[in-house]
Amino acid sequence: MAGGPIPILKIGPTLLATIQIDLHDTVVDAFQNDVLEEIERTSAKGLIIDISALETVDSYVARTLANTGKMAKLMGTNTVIVGMRPAVAATLVRMGYFMEGIDTALSLEEGLELQKIRTTVPDTE
Amino acid sequence: MAAASETKYTVTSTWEIRIDKEADIVEVRQRVRELAKEHRFDQFAVAALTTAASELSRNVWVHAKKGTARIDVLQSGRKVGIGLEFADHGPGIADLTLALAGGYSTAKSLGLGLSGTRRLVDEFEIETEVGRGTKIVIRKWKKDY
Repeated sequence: MAGGPIPILKIGPTLLATIQIDLHDTVVDAFQNDVLEEIERTSAKGLIIDISALETVDSYVARTLANTGKMAKLMGTNTVIVGMRPAVAATLVRMGYFMEGIDTALSLEEGLELQKIRTTVPDTE
Repeated sequence: MAAASETKYTVTSTWEIRIDKEADIVEVRQRVRELAKEHRFDQFAVAALTTAASELSRNVWVHAKKGTARIDVLQSGRKVGIGLEFADHGPGIADLTLALAGGYSTAKSLGLGLSGTRRLVDEFEIETEVGRGTKIVIRKWKKDY
């Protein structure tokens, strides 16, 4: 578990990060670093970022989370973002920001299911 | 200088927050969120206002390092609205058309924030001059269904 304010837990081969605080830019930047260090430390196959507590996701946070997913992918880890609130989804699309290249799921349960599928079936791309 | 609005309104309450450290972005965001909820904007409008506030405060912090956010509660007849004004004496925006089209990319991507923000609100006004500063005013009116 890394030193920042966002807890990162290991559930089997998956890392679960739950964001429950209003994000300062430096916190989300530190979170990105913490996640990548944890992936290396634990050899996690999957990463789930739970944003169900986030009421506001602006373009900086969205971009940083999406980039975190891409960085994790380079390290061989699949990322799923779970719990995006309706208002957050609506706002991001209206702004024109699509989080491409990252899996999403409605709930933690579905996220874990999706991780199982993604990490046991080889990627054919 | 009074900004031209499509709707005649009065300001029923106002708050000013100085932006001169990163934590102020969160403070502006939280204040806007509280006010929008207090005045019963729906969750989508609350998110739109809060996100817009976040984008615009961040622009002030990142590009000017110092500025102000003014948050007004507006009344127009029976309609309630929230107006936000962000002002700084920063570098200004050289190519406004490009910035508003979303094509302007700097370290923290000014362009995306500006063009995206415009789509979240009802009214969007900008004054900017290179070397002098920037002032952005946005307004969102509560929808009564």
